[in-house]
Amino acid sequence: MFETVIFYALAALTVGSASIVAFSRNIVYSTFALLGAFMGVVGIYILLAADFVAMVQLLVYVGGILVLTIFAVMLTQGIGDVTISNRSVGTVPAILTAAIAGGVMLYAIAHTRWHQVAVHITAPTTYGIGNAFLGEYVLPFEVASLVLLAALIGAIVISRHEARE
Amino acid sequence: MGGGIGLEHFLVLSLIVFMLGMFCVLTRRNAIGILMGVELILNSANINYLAFAFYGGGKYDGQIFAIFVIMLAAAEAVIGLAVVLAIYQNFRTIDVGATENLSG
Repeated sequence: MFETVIFYALAALTVGSASIVAFSRNIVYSTFALLGAFMGVVGIYILLAADFVAMVQLLVYVGGILVLTIFAVMLTQGIGDVTISNRSVGTVPAILTAAIAGGVMLYAIAHTRWHQVAVHITAPTTYGIGNAFLGEYVLPFEVASLVLLAALIGAIVISRHEARE
Repeated sequence: MGGGIGLEHFLVLSLIVFMLGMFCVLTRRNAIGILMGVELILNSANINYLAFAFYGGGKYDGQIFAIFVIMLAAAEAVIGLAVVLAIYQNFRTIDVGATENLSG
């Protein structure tokens, strides 16, 4: 019962903030509503017994991506002007597309007999995740470091000011 | 923990977040707004991964994949925002409808 109340509170926070992100006509409101969406998702992760992933989400999303997004919003002028447009792809086709995709997935969710295991892990997950990263998943782990290095260098090269003569 | 709730609740929550992110990507003309929609979509995928990991019992594969998704989302955000800033330096706008120099 208690879990259900917490789940619905977190879901309301997540969905409400995500709605502001999607529907607000001011990009600054959207950016700050993204904080609520990320925090709600962190709570959902903790509810799913994924403590380490929740902390990674908090550090990377809230501490990194969100701050970066706020910087990008503040560095680009005229942020109040750019609103939802009906010119390229309008609101109605977007709602239709999202509704069709959502309906198909809702049908799949409702009509699939999900294989659920009764035993749930509630122990700290860091031990198992560490073993998996240095055992079975060591190659993707190393490739991930290369991807991050490439992203780092690429971001510097793309965004740096060229001195033009 | 969340065992008393049921897998479908998490899947439907993830579906709603996905639809909002998709709507955001489709309607925004602001490039940063499109990136925010992509972040919402990636978050909804992560909710699915963790829900299946939790209700699938004892395995860590779903959580590992969620961490990889978070890592790729960070790389994507960095590159995407760098591209947005580069576009802003050249066009003085980040309206994706206005940057049409390459259109035929």
